Amino acid sequence: MAVFRILQGDRGSQVFLLALTVTLIVVPVLATLPADHALHLSGYSLTLLGKYLTYALLAVAVDLVWGYLGILSLGHAAFFALGGYAMGMYLMRQIGDRGVYGNPDLPDFMVFLNWHELPWFWHGFDQFWFAMLMVMLVPGLLAFVFGWFAFRSRVTGVYLSIITQALTYALMLAFFRNEMGFGGNNGLTDFKEILGFSLQSDATRLGLFIASGVALGVGYLACRGIVESRLGKVVVAIRDAEDRTRFTGYRVEHFKLAIFTFSAVLAGIAGALYVPQVGIINPSEFQPLNSIEVVVWVAIGGRATLYGAVLGALGVNYAKTWFTAVLPEAWLFALGGLFVLVTLFLPRGVAGWMHRVNTR
Amino acid sequence: MTLRILLLLCLLTPSAYAGRVDTGDPRLDAIFRILTGNHFADKAEALAKLAASPHPKRYELLEGVLSGRLRVLKKSGRLVWATKKGHKYLATDVLSGEPLGEFKRRKLKKIAINNRLRRVIRGILATRDLDSGDPARRLKSVQALLANPSPAQATLLAPRLEKETDPAVREAMQLVLALGRLASDAPRVRLQAIAMVGDSLQPVARQALVRLAASDPDPRVKQAAQDALGKIEDRVKLFAQIETLFFGLSLGSVLVLAAIGLAITFGVMGVINMAHGELIMLGAYTTYLIQRLLPETTGLALLLAIPAAFMVSGVVGIAIERGVIRFLYGRPLETLLATFGISLILQQTARTLISPQNVPVANPGFMSGSWQVNPVLSLTYNRMYIILFCLLVFAGLFLVLKRTRLGLQVRAVSQNRAMARAMGVHSARVDALTFGLGSGIAGIAGVALSQLTNVGPNLGQAYIVDSFMVVVFGGVGNLWGTLIGGLGLGVANKFLEPWAGAVMAKILILVFVILFIQKRPRGLFPQKGRAAEG
Repeated sequence: MAVFRILQGDRGSQVFLLALTVTLIVVPVLATLPADHALHLSGYSLTLLGKYLTYALLAVAVDLVWGYLGILSLGHAAFFALGGYAMGMYLMRQIGDRGVYGNPDLPDFMVFLNWHELPWFWHGFDQFWFAMLMVMLVPGLLAFVFGWFAFRSRVTGVYLSIITQALTYALMLAFFRNEMGFGGNNGLTDFKEILGFSLQSDATRLGLFIASGVALGVGYLACRGIVESRLGKVVVAIRDAEDRTRFTGYRVEHFKLAIFTFSAVLAGIAGALYVPQVGIINPSEFQPLNSIEVVVWVAIGGRATLYGAVLGALGVNYAKTWFTAVLPEAWLFALGGLFVLVTLFLPRGVAGWMHRVNTR
Repeated sequence: MTLRILLLLCLLTPSAYAGRVDTGDPRLDAIFRILTGNHFADKAEALAKLAASPHPKRYELLEGVLSGRLRVLKKSGRLVWATKKGHKYLATDVLSGEPLGEFKRRKLKKIAINNRLRRVIRGILATRDLDSGDPARRLKSVQALLANPSPAQATLLAPRLEKETDPAVREAMQLVLALGRLASDAPRVRLQAIAMVGDSLQPVARQALVRLAASDPDPRVKQAAQDALGKIEDRVKLFAQIETLFFGLSLGSVLVLAAIGLAITFGVMGVINMAHGELIMLGAYTTYLIQRLLPETTGLALLLAIPAAFMVSGVVGIAIERGVIRFLYGRPLETLLATFGISLILQQTARTLISPQNVPVANPGFMSGSWQVNPVLSLTYNRMYIILFCLLVFAGLFLVLKRTRLGLQVRAVSQNRAMARAMGVHSARVDALTFGLGSGIAGIAGVALSQLTNVGPNLGQAYIVDSFMVVVFGGVGNLWGTLIGGLGLGVANKFLEPWAGAVMAKILILVFVILFIQKRPRGLFPQKGRAAEG
């Protein structure tokens, strides 16, 4: 079977996918246990786990472009946020006339801004299928246009990193503007339901958790498939010796563009799953810091392994949750220290370290 | 009780004071008799007479009336300066300067004036310098006339205009006269006056012309006024552009200051220092701490902060280079991550050690105020200092790189490390010093920024993206590129602002730079030669 062929010889991926499958079976069982049971998983923990899974998917997307293609994107959170906004727009339309102002045609913030009709780009978002299409199309299109310009003119390395950062920064500034029509500073929030299911109910939360897990699994397999394919070989060749690959006759920019766009779409899907679970999307998601944090998850987990990215995303975010609850002051120290220590002492991340320990 | 009421009555009744004034000068006596009386309508005329009299102390007397220090001794009728001393007043004869001893308040007659009279006196006092030897004072007093236009001004100014030699004062006088004539009944005089007003930028001139252009009965006058207004509008627009240019240059200077340290570490060394913003922040905090140590002398504290911030940021920079970056040479993306970690640590340090909130940094006196070039253009001193400071720092850095031994070694290492080492350059030491230099400059930028924006833990983050944009736009490894790039982006930003709004202007600039990099991936001034490859 194709899946087995993809995973052949990659112990890390096998272990990860096994663990993911087990989690997707065990967690629903634990969540449906009666509330007073010792092993009961609360709705809060469930949402938290779901959130981590969407982060993991984002990290996988970043690992694909950074680890295999060699492009350090400091703007992937922008694709994540755009997917999130597309989902947020659908959820806003689902509120209908249950908003504070009770306007059936306009979201609350538009009524507040004295707008009288829905801006053109909000049309269609009351349809789930359209919103899902946009979740993939908007980040994908942005990545395509951006990459088409950047790769064609051979902007590489640090320059590319910096302009991806400028991209997300510009988007953040733009989304902060009320005139943009995305809720300005406050973003989109106060969601009620998705596809008719209330977002407050534990069953919906469980559904979103499973959806996130499945998306992560499928996204992971897709990336793994790309990496194992002949396309993946070319991609790695581009990372290691771009000029040689070009001289061998490959259209390097086409490969880069394809992978970059695919990765942006994955990030957009992650964002779309993230928003209903946390219940809000606002422009701070575009912060350059967020994109860099994702890169750190990947760096800590281990580049060019995919499962390392998942490991890093889960580990760092668990640490973040723990620190912000127990020692909020120390979180940035810990995160900053991790950046420095990992780059100095674990250049291949935790995954690389485990690999070395295993093969010794 | 009855006694009190009687006393009150005495005070209120006009006849309470006999009006005796005896200065030895009958004209002065007559004037002050009116002034000490209760007929306010006559007082204005008396004041004008006083101003017109040849008496040498007339302006002092007027000032005395305005401030209330000038009193009349009821008993002898002499004019005295009254100085409060305890419950009593010390009286000194105004004309002779002879001390007359202490008096109770009711022995001294105060000269009552109202707000209208105060305006009259101020108007008169404003013109006192019309005959001053100093052209600047003459100009000031003519300009004071401009603020309170009155028909009497023509008689005051016309003879003086003939004698006036200073062109600026002449121009102002002509404007005042012309403004008076704009109100004339004869259309010919009004036409001439319009020609005289010309393209003056004074708001009063514009207001007068607007009135004429809208409602003058004579069509020729109306047309002339409209033409003159058009010319004035053009000039106002021109000066508005100059002001925008000035704002743009000052914003650009801030960008250059923030970016120039980065131009060294990123441009010359190829190290991406994401902690650069936090090194700027350290400089700003150093300014704050030095001001805390020297709370009385903000100016001195600011000057001391420049070398201190250079040292603090420089030392931290060297520590970063020795501790982390030197292990990561040749791996730019890893350097980026590690220095980003350092930036988080530095930010949190500032939050923990000093305060998570912004801290106040005072501006010294010489930074406030502005230079009024003309009525529509004023340039604030703090912006001028920033531009000047930016140019100084740039020149200093340029000299260090081009004229010193360290500069030579830095350039050698950045062009060809292996070759430089073969020639005996201690490259590790040069790396550390270069990084220290770039970081120190960031600290100096922090001192400048502390005078312009809020000083807080997030100061650095606000500038990091902008700084990178400037360096990349200008061309890596090229100081001139950073200067031109920074100033250019600043000016472009300010010119876009009125048209697109502040945030949109910034977004447009970012998009522009992103597109520009596509077109010229090596920036405005690309580095030439083999060093550029790679």
